[in-house]
Amino acid sequence: MLSVRNLQVKVGGREILKGVDLEVAAGEVCAIMGPNGSGKSTLAQVLAGQETYEVTAGEVLYEGRNLLELNPEQRAREGVFLAFQYPVEIPGVGTAYFLRAALNAIRKHRGLDELDAMDFLPLIREKLKLLEVDEALLSRAINEGFSGGEKKRSEILQLAVLEPRLAILDETDSGLDIDALKIVAGGVNALRDPERAIIVVTHYQRLLSYIVPDTVHVLVAGRIVASGGRELALELEEKGYGWVETEPEPAVPAPA
Amino acid sequence: MATTTDTIQELANQEYKYGFVTEIESDSAPRGLNEDTIRLISAKKNEPPWMLEWRLKSYRHWASLEQLNKEPKWANIHYGPIDYQDIIYYSAPKPKDQTNGPAEIDPELLATFEKLGIPLGERNRLAGVAVDAVFDSVSVATTFKEKLAELGIIFCSFSDAVQEHPDLVRKYLGSVVPKTDNFFATLNSAVFTDGSFVYVPKGVRCPMELSTYFRINAEDTGQFERTLIIADEGSSVSYLEGCTAPQRSTNQLHAAVVELVALDDAEIKYSTIQNWYPGDEEGRGGIYNFVTKRGKARGVNSKISWTQVETGAAITWKYPGVILQGDNSVGEFYSVALTNNYQQADTGTKMIHLGRNTRSTIVTKGISAGHGQNTYRGLVKIMKGAAGARNYSQCDSLLIGDKCGAHTFPYIEVKNPTARMEHEATTSKVGEDQIFYLRQRGLSAEDAVSMIVNGFAKRVFRELPMEFAVEAQRLLTVSLEGSVG
Repeated sequence: MLSVRNLQVKVGGREILKGVDLEVAAGEVCAIMGPNGSGKSTLAQVLAGQETYEVTAGEVLYEGRNLLELNPEQRAREGVFLAFQYPVEIPGVGTAYFLRAALNAIRKHRGLDELDAMDFLPLIREKLKLLEVDEALLSRAINEGFSGGEKKRSEILQLAVLEPRLAILDETDSGLDIDALKIVAGGVNALRDPERAIIVVTHYQRLLSYIVPDTVHVLVAGRIVASGGRELALELEEKGYGWVETEPEPAVPAPA
Repeated sequence: MATTTDTIQELANQEYKYGFVTEIESDSAPRGLNEDTIRLISAKKNEPPWMLEWRLKSYRHWASLEQLNKEPKWANIHYGPIDYQDIIYYSAPKPKDQTNGPAEIDPELLATFEKLGIPLGERNRLAGVAVDAVFDSVSVATTFKEKLAELGIIFCSFSDAVQEHPDLVRKYLGSVVPKTDNFFATLNSAVFTDGSFVYVPKGVRCPMELSTYFRINAEDTGQFERTLIIADEGSSVSYLEGCTAPQRSTNQLHAAVVELVALDDAEIKYSTIQNWYPGDEEGRGGIYNFVTKRGKARGVNSKISWTQVETGAAITWKYPGVILQGDNSVGEFYSVALTNNYQQADTGTKMIHLGRNTRSTIVTKGISAGHGQNTYRGLVKIMKGAAGARNYSQCDSLLIGDKCGAHTFPYIEVKNPTARMEHEATTSKVGEDQIFYLRQRGLSAEDAVSMIVNGFAKRVFRELPMEFAVEAQRLLTVSLEGSVG
């Protein structure tokens, strides 16, 4: 579904990604781990279409198409979703209103009828239940005054409503207590689907105990330095990132 | 790949929808202003001597101000000198054929208002909204007049009110905005041509929205309308005005006066959607909007509420205020002012607390885009006798791009130690991160900006009558033309 080849990215003139290669298949849950500043979030943002980041080399194919040619809304409509690490507040814009507008933009692109408020309500109620989110959240402005946990839950709620083909979760576990983490993970697991790929970007293995990945890649200083199955995450947890950084031959081939 | 900046800029090409000109013969006064002009206007309207006298006194006062060069210069706006002798002060569409009786409205005018979304005909007129339509200097039609009369509500053009209800007009005219109030109000007092008049009798709650639609059509003509609304004891009324003008390369002057009087337990809600021609993207043309609006909450427990959405005009200079005279009276001001391209707005409110336990609320949302300059200027004055007075002010500014400006000048004068004042102000920018967030969910850049701006203004839109809140939202989106990211 997703092929990233030799991706190099500069942010503010500084080289952040120095040639990333990554293959993610439909149905796969792929974890990208790495220490702070390794470029994990940059990778997530570039895939979503952040225009302030400069792609200097490489290519990204999404379902065989050149993803880098599409603007952010085209990518979203084609099924790319980013759950933000720091979801931004948008005062005065109701969450339900926004989410319905987003869903309709995507539905329209896919040639489906737009949903009115009456059709939308049962759909969103079902998703609220899944994530144990209070319905009151819908009438609040997007992320305004949300606690850290509410923000992350709202991101996963949006993921559940928009049903993307490729979901990228950027540090979704940061700022979550263990109960919230379990609920969010449950929501994500419910979305596992043979047609859908999920990329989980995280610093810690903790989240991966609840969202069990098929593949794990370790990103250090702008390069993937190790790849493996879920056991790689556990090993990292035990030994720390220093272990892969010093490993002479780090690349363990990913399972097919 | 198109950047956000580019896509926002594309909005620049949206045109002012109301810029057309109606081809109609008009009966106009010669250019210029002197006592003869005043006499001519008064004669055209067949006014009683007291009205002419009032106009002449106003004119003489204005002429002395003009001679002393007293046109106000303190506002944060910049424009070339206005040649008051180069303006036409009276222009009325000529009645076509009188054979069908004088009540017949020129089809050309009906078509014009229809095009503006204001059908005036019996069959298709707006349900639940009574409309007074003012074209250049005169009112051309007032709908639902008879139905309202059954409840004792008077809703008519100002000219008709002078003829039919002279006692009410004499009693209240100038009682809130005296004819010597300020340069532009004094000019209006001398040359005002038409406007709306509303009287709601004791205990009557007006069952429909009353509204006046102002249209400037003729070239080089100033529009000077005057509106007077009186809510008698225990009554209530909601009133809305809308304004548009053709697209012309020269500036046109609009200097209106609005006076509101609320007696004991009465309530007036006054909403404005101002969409005068704003000038082009280079700042050529557009309406100079110098307006004096004031309400007097005279009675105990009375309430006056102003809501304005100001998206048009090259220059806006207006400070709708409330004099809180009655004990426990309430004054409110909710405002959205948008300046784009080279538009300038210096707008805000004055809340003058005289009575005890009077309360006022001010919520303003200034939006600046392009080279627009947006100033909030407000005065809250608590007089000695206003024990227990309270004010809450919130002034927020939103910037789109980096060539525009937002300015806030809140003045507070407190002469009673028991008063409680709260003031909050914020300035923010439409963030690239906000736009990216919304686009990442599938919304176009245009929709994203419009959603952010409308969200910012929502607190004020909530105060508008339902039918108009939707219109205001759409207007804000269209007016974002040329907002550089």
